[in-house]
Amino acid sequence: MKPVNQKAWLLILPVVLCVAFSAILPLMTVVNYSVQDIISPERRVFVGTEWFKSVMRDEDLQGALLRQMTFSLAVLLVEIPLGIALALSMPAKGWKSSAVLVLVAISLLIPWNVVGTIWQIFGRVDIGLMGAALAALGFDYSYTGNASDAWFTVLLMDVWHWTPLVALLCFAGLRAIPDAYYQAASIDGASKFAVFRYIQLPKLRGVLMIAVLLRFMDSFMIYTEPFVLTGGGPGNATTFLSQYLTQKAVGQFDLGPAAAFSLIYFLIILLLCFILYNWMQRVGTADKTGAGHG
Amino acid sequence: MFEWMAWTLPVAVFFCAIVAMLVAMTVWELKSPTVLRRGFLPIATTRGDRLFIGLLAAAYVNLAFVAVSERMVGWFGLEEEPSIWLSFFASMALLALIMRKG
Repeated sequence: MKPVNQKAWLLILPVVLCVAFSAILPLMTVVNYSVQDIISPERRVFVGTEWFKSVMRDEDLQGALLRQMTFSLAVLLVEIPLGIALALSMPAKGWKSSAVLVLVAISLLIPWNVVGTIWQIFGRVDIGLMGAALAALGFDYSYTGNASDAWFTVLLMDVWHWTPLVALLCFAGLRAIPDAYYQAASIDGASKFAVFRYIQLPKLRGVLMIAVLLRFMDSFMIYTEPFVLTGGGPGNATTFLSQYLTQKAVGQFDLGPAAAFSLIYFLIILLLCFILYNWMQRVGTADKTGAGHG
Repeated sequence: MFEWMAWTLPVAVFFCAIVAMLVAMTVWELKSPTVLRRGFLPIATTRGDRLFIGLLAAAYVNLAFVAVSERMVGWFGLEEEPSIWLSFFASMALLALIMRKG
């Protein structure tokens, strides 16, 4: 094996110091708080694993976790097929393509809290376009009063905000397919569906994986949009994990349970990141062996 | 100077253990570099990967134990909640298993 010069590692020392100060030390503090009951700056009691117990047995938390999982899965189930369909129907060349790309990307440029506000107004029955239209059609729609309406609105908002990301990724993936594949398909007289099933979908595997994981992680950490739109209500029907955490930590100032909960949240995200990382790496190697065969 | 951050001894022990682990892994790596291999885990892993997976699994084992330890009293007819040390040793055994065979 060739000897490797490891001195370059010294060059990242400043970054390590910065990260230590901004991320590692605070994380250590969180671990520290999670085993104590901080009553006041002077008075604190070591409680061991008590907070982890109470958090793990907390039914509100389990509810929030379940809602979070359901929401993330629903987001994926709607946004991925819709994104693919959108990408397939977008024009491939010319000024139309550019125009559509810009139009599609607009919603991605809007800040989260503005998206929340837009939908808050959009869904109002008295002045909002969607709310008033639904009311005029005879639906008893109210995203502040009815849990399923609130869910529907939050989900629709996320679909509106983030499907373009999936569509843009898929669009890029589709453009990367060489023309030769389509020519071969047309020689074989393949139907549109066969082209999609046997050429486009397999070739989209890589970008789709990234889209799935990006959307999963992002929706798993969603905070601002439902907070602005529904404030977690009605009741706690749309209170997702990060909002529940904020209520605990900032609202009630229960540092101990909030710290324990943050660590559990961190572990969930860590596991997801690990799976994401390995999955993406494997997708890369699968593509390489695929190219070797083809 | 550490008073205001409310540090406690168990947390200090915890982080010292992690630092010790990192140092030990570095020394081990220098003495005998790790080989990418495939065990019972679905992916090929190096020693560091297995440590990470093992620690993550250990954390989940402890959390799961804490979540159900209250109910264990009913399940097994115990007089009090089982000690967290049980899951700690179980998770360390799991870590060792993943390190060796994973």
